Amino acid sequence: MNNPADTLLHSPPPKTKLSIALVGNPNSGKSTIFNLLTGLNQKVGNYPGVTVDKKSGKTKLSGNTSAEIIDLPGTYSLYPRAADEKVVLDVLMHPEKEKRPDVAVVIADMNNLERNLLLFTQIRDLSIPSVLVLNMADIARKKGTSVDLKVLSHRLGNVPVVSMNARSGEGLDELKQVLSQPIAHADEAFLDVYPLAPESIAEVKQMYGVSNYYEAYQWLQSAERLRFIDDKQEAQLKSIRNAFGFDPNQLQITETTERYRKIQQILQDAVRIPESEEKSSLSDRIDHILTHKVWGYLSFFVILFLIFQAIFAWASVPMDFIDYLFAEFSGWIQNNLPDGILTSLLAEGIVPGVGGIVIFVPQIAILFAFIALLEESGYMSRVVFLMDKVMRKVGLNGRSVVPLISGLACAIPAIMATRSIDSWKDRLITIMVTPLMSCSARLPVYTVLIALVVPASNVWGFINLQGIVLMGMYLLGFLAALGSAWVMKLIVKTKERSFLIMEMPAYRWPRWGNVGFTVLEKSKTFVFEAGKIIFAVSIVLWVLASYGPGDDIAQGEQQVREQAENSNDPALIENLDVAIATSQLENSYAGKFGKWIEPVIRPLGYDWKIGIALITSFAAREVFVGTMATLYSVGEDFDDESTIIGRMRSERNPETGQQVFRPAVAFSLLVFYAFAMQCMSTIAVVYRETKGWKWPVIQTVYMTVLAYVSALAVYQLFS
Amino acid sequence: MNEAQMLLMKTLDQLKPGEHAVIKNIKSSALTIKLLEMGLLPGKEVKYNYRAPLGDPISVKISGYNLSLRIDEASQVEII
Repeated sequence: MNNPADTLLHSPPPKTKLSIALVGNPNSGKSTIFNLLTGLNQKVGNYPGVTVDKKSGKTKLSGNTSAEIIDLPGTYSLYPRAADEKVVLDVLMHPEKEKRPDVAVVIADMNNLERNLLLFTQIRDLSIPSVLVLNMADIARKKGTSVDLKVLSHRLGNVPVVSMNARSGEGLDELKQVLSQPIAHADEAFLDVYPLAPESIAEVKQMYGVSNYYEAYQWLQSAERLRFIDDKQEAQLKSIRNAFGFDPNQLQITETTERYRKIQQILQDAVRIPESEEKSSLSDRIDHILTHKVWGYLSFFVILFLIFQAIFAWASVPMDFIDYLFAEFSGWIQNNLPDGILTSLLAEGIVPGVGGIVIFVPQIAILFAFIALLEESGYMSRVVFLMDKVMRKVGLNGRSVVPLISGLACAIPAIMATRSIDSWKDRLITIMVTPLMSCSARLPVYTVLIALVVPASNVWGFINLQGIVLMGMYLLGFLAALGSAWVMKLIVKTKERSFLIMEMPAYRWPRWGNVGFTVLEKSKTFVFEAGKIIFAVSIVLWVLASYGPGDDIAQGEQQVREQAENSNDPALIENLDVAIATSQLENSYAGKFGKWIEPVIRPLGYDWKIGIALITSFAAREVFVGTMATLYSVGEDFDDESTIIGRMRSERNPETGQQVFRPAVAFSLLVFYAFAMQCMSTIAVVYRETKGWKWPVIQTVYMTVLAYVSALAVYQLFS
Repeated sequence: MNEAQMLLMKTLDQLKPGEHAVIKNIKSSALTIKLLEMGLLPGKEVKYNYRAPLGDPISVKISGYNLSLRIDEASQVEII
């Protein structure tokens, strides 16, 4: 394609690859339109330099025109308070013009045009070619609202306006049609900000060569927030503000009021809203129940309970099947490939390691499906509403609930989700305690340990006992998070005040497509991200478990053989293979590591094999299971016990003959894994989000101490 | 405005569930712009929906949508 001859033949080359940014208020249906446009061609990354999720995808507009669609975080205006909203301004005002999106598609809810148009007029005034999409046309029709698209388009400066119902796909073709034509940006500003602060705006425009007045005005407004403005420029801008009396807050108020005044005039001419007879909508009636002081909390509890039951009950069938497949595959490799290092690396390291991850996909998918459902239906904001006051008591706020619940899936997106919390102190405390929420990486560990010591029986005939213990573990994490937040509230001091001004969207049926996309995307991320670490750790671990310093392994084996020959113990002779394998592992590098930390972990009831798992799972908790799978696979005969749980259950202490994973040990491990900061990626994200090592270090130390002390207490209590 | 008038000025948090009012002014604070952006504009009709079970925050209806805000924040909104 990039053949220079081509360029010569067809010059100038028509732009066949557009970049289109989707912008809009939260709850305007932006993600539905994004999914509609991009389908399965989506990918998630980070905006360069920031940890905010960047969703992008490809779409075909017409003929040979394709486009990259970028989904920007939802925002109500260009004046961001929360960290994620800042990205919008950063992308739209990128100093290199080629890196700005070619077109901004602004999605507006047709039923609340006034508020939605505020953002539109601001974006339009940045001289970005814009298209206005009026979404939820079906609801507007039902209410009897009618919008004169021609008048609206004309009065907004001849911008293309498309009416859509993203749920049914109505209007999609028209949107694509509009986007495949060249779109001009409006020549005249919707609101001329120049008279508001003429000297300073002129100064900035000249100094930095920005294209229009509104952009120059935004440089002044957002000097501290824009990432591409460096410290020197920021200082310059501040001095310009001072020199000409540019008061950002006052000007924002004036600008916003002016915009609303003009928008109201336009809407008077373009929109006909029927005199609404005051009757409570279905959504309001549902709220009467779901925000009720008794029924509200009860429903919340029931929903959570349902999630945990589902994770255990529904997921077990596919999980057993995956478990069986990987065990069979391991055995097949061992039996059918020629003996050798590669075969044993595959059968004992890689396959069990990868299997240890894939098996948890069903549970993770269910968890993410529920979280997506809660978001999609509009229920999540009711949870924020219900919990705000409780959360404030411990130093968090209602919005902390979303990261905390997301933390049930994974701390990394959850910590990134704290970017929607406007107050720094609230956000910091949320970041500090979110990793205590039981994430999906703990799920494998919990599942295995609970299955080991809790019978799979039912209580009252239908409630799964293992599900109850699992829920208890989640509750434990939640209580620990609240407790830690309360302690931190007393320590962290700040003058900034926190607030909660939040839209409560009407309840809607979830769009299953959106839920599906979320589940697919999150499961994929889990498998590949966690998979990478586990894959690497499995290989390293296999090497460490298969080789030892000098000829320790050979000597150890020799000793066991001699011991067997000299004694007449029939048990030892019969289990010679197992005894040799154990001695090999004990003398390997991994074994030496485990032995080395054994004195520290013995008070918790752990042996050196668990010690190895503890060390490796400081990288990521789910490695525990992979480690167990690898450690117990090494030298294992694949014919009898095929599953990891079976192998762990039969594991006995060679000296005492006691079961290794007896209840006291399993419970102690459960608590340790609930509290310890065993996740490199979380530490890295906290470092990025708090811009320094102070908080991640404090966090790692306090969580590890909490884990050790609690595990110690639990072990002593149960043994 | 003298002190007596200040005391008489009613704010959004003083309404009772189900009551309507018209927004008169947003007191000047760091939150003014946020409240304006969310559509709490002078002259708009606002309805007090209900309060959260623990008394705070509250839910109001403005321009046909539901907004939740804390008592503290609602007290910034002057109504008639």
